[in-house]
Amino acid sequence: MEIAAQSIEGGFADPVFNAQTAFRAIMDAMARPGSVQALPPLAQPPAPLSATAGAVALSLCDNDTPIWLDPWLQAEASVKAWLGFHTGAPLANTPADAHFALIANPAGMAALDGFSQGTQEYPDRSTTLILLTDDLVSGPSLLLEGPGIEKTATIAPTGMPRHFVEQWKQNNQRFPRGVDIILAAPGKLACLPRTTRIKTMEA
Amino acid sequence: MTDIATYNFAYLDEQTKRMIRRAILKGIAIPGYQVPFASREMPMPYGWGTGGVQVTASIIGPDDVLKVIDQGADDTTNAVSIRAFFKKVAKVAVTTETAKATIIQTRHRIPEHPLNAGQVLVFQVPIPEPLRFLEPRETETRKMHALEEYGLMHVKLYEDIARHGRIATTYAYPVKVEGRYVMDPSPTPKFDNPKMHRSPALQLFGAGREKRIYAVPPFTDVVSLDFEDHPFEVQTFDQPCALCAAENVYLDEVILDDHGGHMFVCSDTDHCEKRRADPSSPLSEGRAEGAGGGDLAASPATPSPALRAAPPHDGEGKEAR
Repeated sequence: MEIAAQSIEGGFADPVFNAQTAFRAIMDAMARPGSVQALPPLAQPPAPLSATAGAVALSLCDNDTPIWLDPWLQAEASVKAWLGFHTGAPLANTPADAHFALIANPAGMAALDGFSQGTQEYPDRSTTLILLTDDLVSGPSLLLEGPGIEKTATIAPTGMPRHFVEQWKQNNQRFPRGVDIILAAPGKLACLPRTTRIKTMEA
Repeated sequence: MTDIATYNFAYLDEQTKRMIRRAILKGIAIPGYQVPFASREMPMPYGWGTGGVQVTASIIGPDDVLKVIDQGADDTTNAVSIRAFFKKVAKVAVTTETAKATIIQTRHRIPEHPLNAGQVLVFQVPIPEPLRFLEPRETETRKMHALEEYGLMHVKLYEDIARHGRIATTYAYPVKVEGRYVMDPSPTPKFDNPKMHRSPALQLFGAGREKRIYAVPPFTDVVSLDFEDHPFEVQTFDQPCALCAAENVYLDEVILDDHGGHMFVCSDTDHCEKRRADPSSPLSEGRAEGAGGGDLAASPATPSPALRAAPPHDGEGKEAR
């Protein structure tokens, strides 16, 4: 009963305009990797899904896009019910089937190459990873360059996956195949499209 | 029934917008790659910018300021009707000033005024596949893109040189994006190709009939294909704009009568009007005579907007080639 109520509440108050606001933040972040875009809490999903990640899911996912949940989200029936009610998206059985993957605990996540990479002919058929992170400034610094970045950009998300820089280098090498990442922090988000190169890891 | 509220904001339904938004994000992540999308039928015929309209409808919000140009002009039929469409279905502010717009939907020109970060340029694309006239099969062109096999395009440019002594392609001039995908910049004159290179604005391309969306993120390398001994070069004009005396801009030829009278004027009407309104810029009644050459140019070549509606635009009809 309680789960049922939780799954119905907390969607976009104004679905049309909230989805547009969230999408523009994502689009600007994707077009300018490393830039941090503000996104007010438009959705209130059940924990451990965050408001930012919830808004991203609501603005991009629907019945055409299987979602994969990491074990921490998978364990929460309320999260599954909330996503199911508000997006209608089916849950993917394996990471490779997913169009989107919601990852509450990036530090414990499976390897990036386990997700769908797209094909050489259709590199767009890849998984977009939505990583929940506590903030984008207090983790290890990542120096970014590539399309969308004038010279360089810096971002320092916390709790990133193990060997992330190495894994990302491999992701770059698979271009045009590869995964794209949306980093969802409280009140803000940033993106790492597959074209972004992480140059050096500062201390 | 005049009740527009029966339509969703910006005409498209939310599921369609989500689908297009996902395609836009993939396009941005893979610069120059054509993302297939489920193009919808729009209340205008294919060829009138249905792809661009769908992209604009999916990104536009109530705070946006929209500018629409058709061959550089704000006041031609296509531009006027698309602007009116969004005014009606999204109630957004519209402008003709390049600097004030947040979204600029364009048919075949990039404004002369430099774009800034935060602006989005949406191109209407008739044929997104640069290899289509060289290889009609989609299965083959897709494989060519996958394998980065672009020799055929160089052969085409070489044949231009063999036949004409120079690369004769003047519009839809193929570019390579970020060193990987060969992309059709839409039938813009090649004059505009250098403006795409490391532009601070996000460039989105929508092809409605062909059901493809592609993108060039800001600060992305866009290099026109060429040869060492035949480097890429843009068109030059040996006279300035007859109305505003602007040089180094793209000019349209305007036929004034049926006795050979003609003049060359800015294709970008906003740029031209701004220059003429600016008292500090040298105005050009006198120059119009020398420039236009014809006897009619001598009769006051008053800048009349009506003039803009008439000219046969360069590039029109060539699309069907």
